[in-house]
Amino acid sequence: MLCQICKENTATIHLTEISHGQRRETHLCQRCAQQQGLGVQPQIPLNELLSSLLQAAKTATDSQEKTVNFSHPDKTCPVCGMTLQRFSETSLLGCPEDYKHFEKELGPLIERTHAGHSHHCGKVPAHAGQEMKKEVELLHLRRQLEQAVKAEDYETAARLRDQIRQYQ
Amino acid sequence: MKPAQLANQSSSWFGAEGPGWDIVISSRVRLARNLADYEFLSCLTPGRQQEILDKLSEAILSLSLGDEVYFMDVDRAATLERQLLTERHLISRQHAAGKGPRGVVVSAKESFTAMINEEDHLRMQVYAAGFNLGDCWKRINAIDDMIEQKVRYAYSERWGYLTACPTNVGTGIRVSVMLHLPALKMTGQIEKFVTAARDADLAVRGLFGEGTDALGDFYQLSNQVTLGVREEDVVRELSDNIVPRIVDYEKAARQVLLEQKPHTLDDKIQRALGVLKSACLISSQEALYLLSSVRLGVNLGRVPNLSLTTINELFLLTQPAHLQLRAGKMLDADQRDALRAQIIRQKLANN
Ligand SMILES: [Zn+2]
Ligand SMILES: [Zn+2]
Repeated sequence: MLCQICKENTATIHLTEISHGQRRETHLCQRCAQQQGLGVQPQIPLNELLSSLLQAAKTATDSQEKTVNFSHPDKTCPVCGMTLQRFSETSLLGCPEDYKHFEKELGPLIERTHAGHSHHCGKVPAHAGQEMKKEVELLHLRRQLEQAVKAEDYETAARLRDQIRQYQ
Repeated sequence: MKPAQLANQSSSWFGAEGPGWDIVISSRVRLARNLADYEFLSCLTPGRQQEILDKLSEAILSLSLGDEVYFMDVDRAATLERQLLTERHLISRQHAAGKGPRGVVVSAKESFTAMINEEDHLRMQVYAAGFNLGDCWKRINAIDDMIEQKVRYAYSERWGYLTACPTNVGTGIRVSVMLHLPALKMTGQIEKFVTAARDADLAVRGLFGEGTDALGDFYQLSNQVTLGVREEDVVRELSDNIVPRIVDYEKAARQVLLEQKPHTLDDKIQRALGVLKSACLISSQEALYLLSSVRLGVNLGRVPNLSLTTINELFLLTQPAHLQLRAGKMLDADQRDALRAQIIRQKLANN
């Protein structure tokens, strides 16, 4: 494969950028990569690091290194329907609840992409706290309602609708 | 406001003067936020996506931001208009290429933009000309406070502000500067800059062009770690520590060129100026490359009678969508190259 910039030398540096579930590949020769400020060891973008960690998790063996284990790739969020499998393909979560539902699986990944940090210590919105629980519960109820309607279980649907109304 | 109206004007943060703007062209702070009661974009129905768009655009348009703001419907915009917004950094490439109800709120001076339904429900950014990260943070933090009065953000005690991709979780902050580092490149020391950035967990991107190409020696430097750090500390680290160091490297490299290779330097600058003043066809890549050299020349006082504002303006106005909206029609590559060359010749002749 030829370098994309000079179109003369063989490309030896291959960069993959994954964002929004889309892959973009760049192939450069060493000289051009260096001229572009990319060096021989290009900095790994976080998204790529995350994806490679996810890949590693998928093919993880019993090695000591293993920090993530998607032993249940079909584990599903009850609120949005997101699965660990789908997340590992796109690096995108489905709803705020995923952070709680997949906390065990996501925790180590998040720490590794954030220099080992595992807790927020920045800005806190004024509404945080009590409100949080309410939101998650509401999302959950709404999801149940959808399923009840789909299953034509109108009795349950009516009960859920009342519950949702009470919350709001 | 139609995007096309922007095609002839410079933007307040790109074309303008600001502290240290010879090397640090502009500063930016971005915050990613999501609404608590909604799924993230990947699991959202079009109907609920529209609700978010309505809710957030209404909330933001109702704020008094000290500057006129207007909303642009990105979903309904023409391809060329979307491209123009991208060229002006008002929306991201992903937002331009996205799906479903989405839009952007932009302040008249383009120093504040809020993308709605990009990767997250809300991604807002404040720009400033030159090196001015502290002010960007103060302003966006205040805007964030005001929006928070009107909507409820998805937030968890442990993970902070919840984002669609875990790489942004916590503060959701992205602090970045746009740097012009031609002397480091010319003296083969760009590695120095990349290493400094890497050691500090910062990301480096080429500013113009696709992906990693750093056309014209413009680089964007930004933080990557968003969790377990305080916003003020991220801002301070870049603004008091990393960026001043890189600026010093670039200044030293410029000094070396002036003292040791003045002819090489002048040759590069004057040849670039010569081509720009006389070419009849010029590609956007070549223009970026040559304008970069001339920009260095202006900064070093080697090109009298030419202002940095003019050069900065040319970077912006000669991009493909800008040219076509200015011409009022689609242009093929040859026609674009001809119009670009013509605009550059005129601007440089007037100076
Ligand atoms: Zn090459
Ligand atoms: Zn979910």
